[in-house]
Amino acid sequence: MSVVPADVLPGSALAVDEPAVGAAELGPRARLWPSLAAVYRAQLSRARVARIPLLFVATFQSVGIMILMRGVVDDGAEAQAVVAGSSVLVVAFVALNLLAQYFGQLRASGGLDHYATLPVPPAAVVLGAAGAYASFTVPGTVVTAVFGCVLFGLPLAHLWVLVAVIPLAGAALAGLGAALGLLAPRPELATLLGQLGMSAALLLGVLPAERMPEAVRFTRDLLPSTYGVEAFARTFGPHPDWAFVLGDLAVCGFVGVVSLAVATWAYRRAAVR
Amino acid sequence: MCAVRGLTKTYPAVRGRRGAPGTPEVRATDDVTLDIRRGEIFGLLGPNGAGKSTLVRQLTGLMRPDRGSVEILGHDIVRHPERAARILAYLGQESTALDELTVSLAAETTGRLRGLDIRRARTERDDVLDELGLAPLAGRPLKKLSGGQRRLACFAAALVGERPLLVLDEPTTGMDPVARRAVWSAVDRRRAERGTTVLLVTHNVIEAETVLDRVAVLDRGRVIACDTPAGLKEQVAGEVRVDLVWRDAAPVHVPEVAALRDRAVESGRLWTLRLGPEEARAVVATVTGGAAFAALDDFTLATPSLEDVYLALGGAAQQGLVKA
Repeated sequence: MSVVPADVLPGSALAVDEPAVGAAELGPRARLWPSLAAVYRAQLSRARVARIPLLFVATFQSVGIMILMRGVVDDGAEAQAVVAGSSVLVVAFVALNLLAQYFGQLRASGGLDHYATLPVPPAAVVLGAAGAYASFTVPGTVVTAVFGCVLFGLPLAHLWVLVAVIPLAGAALAGLGAALGLLAPRPELATLLGQLGMSAALLLGVLPAERMPEAVRFTRDLLPSTYGVEAFARTFGPHPDWAFVLGDLAVCGFVGVVSLAVATWAYRRAAVR
Repeated sequence: MCAVRGLTKTYPAVRGRRGAPGTPEVRATDDVTLDIRRGEIFGLLGPNGAGKSTLVRQLTGLMRPDRGSVEILGHDIVRHPERAARILAYLGQESTALDELTVSLAAETTGRLRGLDIRRARTERDDVLDELGLAPLAGRPLKKLSGGQRRLACFAAALVGERPLLVLDEPTTGMDPVARRAVWSAVDRRRAERGTTVLLVTHNVIEAETVLDRVAVLDRGRVIACDTPAGLKEQVAGEVRVDLVWRDAAPVHVPEVAALRDRAVESGRLWTLRLGPEEARAVVATVTGGAAFAALDDFTLATPSLEDVYLALGGAAQQGLVKA
């Protein structure tokens, strides 16, 4: 099959060892932004093959929860919390749960080797995937928010705040999901942690906080999705306090930066064993 | 161009848990020393579990050895594992990172992550897909392809963004002959034009004999021989291999056949014997005449292959090398 004998090749030597020369020139390194864009684009395209049914599930789940809660909550602050919580739940489902599963499986099956043998910065792989998963949440979150506002008679005027809520809550939850997926020793554990994270976002985010005991409220404060929910819920009021909204979003952003940094570290650790 | 010295990696013992038995400490690579020269196709041959993939993972910077050194084109890979990605292209056994991408996007993305700009990545992608005959499948996701086609698509991704060293872990698994030929002619072209070096992992004896310039035979983490395929086969040149396939059970009531039984390696209805040429002729004469012939389904007489070399060198696995 191989028709070219090695000893006729340019610069090759079968019998003699090559002379000791200086180290060869290395191939180019992939720069952060172009490789981030390449990973992001590749991950987005995966949605067409594998993720669309799950995006529907995420949206229907949130819409269903709002319909259930319709008969339970009053029309004031509780309704606002339910709509905001259900919308952010879509982000938690996709960015936290699905991303944790994806990285868990990739790590367990040896798929990380592909990236680890390319000269790509770890941050590009993690941020590209996290960004793509956060993007998947956009349609579901918007649909849920609009549907909820109509259902509970809330104003649609400040829905633009989703432009900030989705990326920031998305960064925090996707970072958390990626870190869980990459740190879990087994893929089943990554799936479990992702599911638990989503259940926590569901129970602690959607149910109105006033009715919960103190200990649960404390747990609620620890969950990054809570701040996305709070920021969003505040904007339904007649006179939203924008300083608090910004404060909540800043917490999301901060958690996002930290968790993505942890995820990048976890990726490095998982890639070379 | 690639020098490996005293490479050792031991997997620690795993303590048994409830329902799962523990495993003892395993020395996956044991003091491996190799020299790969520029422009050659160098093979690692051995049965499953011989330590081929573990060795390759250490050469590609994916795994840190416990001891020993790896130097590729003057770069110390043990100290700077991240440099491996800028010297070599690696085709691993898994395709999960690419499975949900289309063939075209898998090749393009891999090229971009190898540092190519977008235009260059697209040009190289198109060239490689044409070269391998993958252009008609370019728009299909890898997941929807057959095993061999998927493997070929992963091979295409490994070729985008040229590297002086290609590390291919069983590249042709599941491929039909057309795809195999595409792989080897693509490798040959790069060798002839650019002096590309190839490190090939295989457990396929026929492939090893036809493709490789030199081969290291691995057994339980150790290199038990390293030479050209022809050079290795000379070590067992005095032997001939006789394969006997019986119709049903072997006719052990025939005394001549019963006498052979101790020296045969039995695998179902197949008996394999390694004999001197004279002896082999005698055996063939015996089984093709008289009572034994009625029970004989088929027989072959063959010169030694690398599998015989492996066994003659004391390879532990009686089966595990594939001839296809």
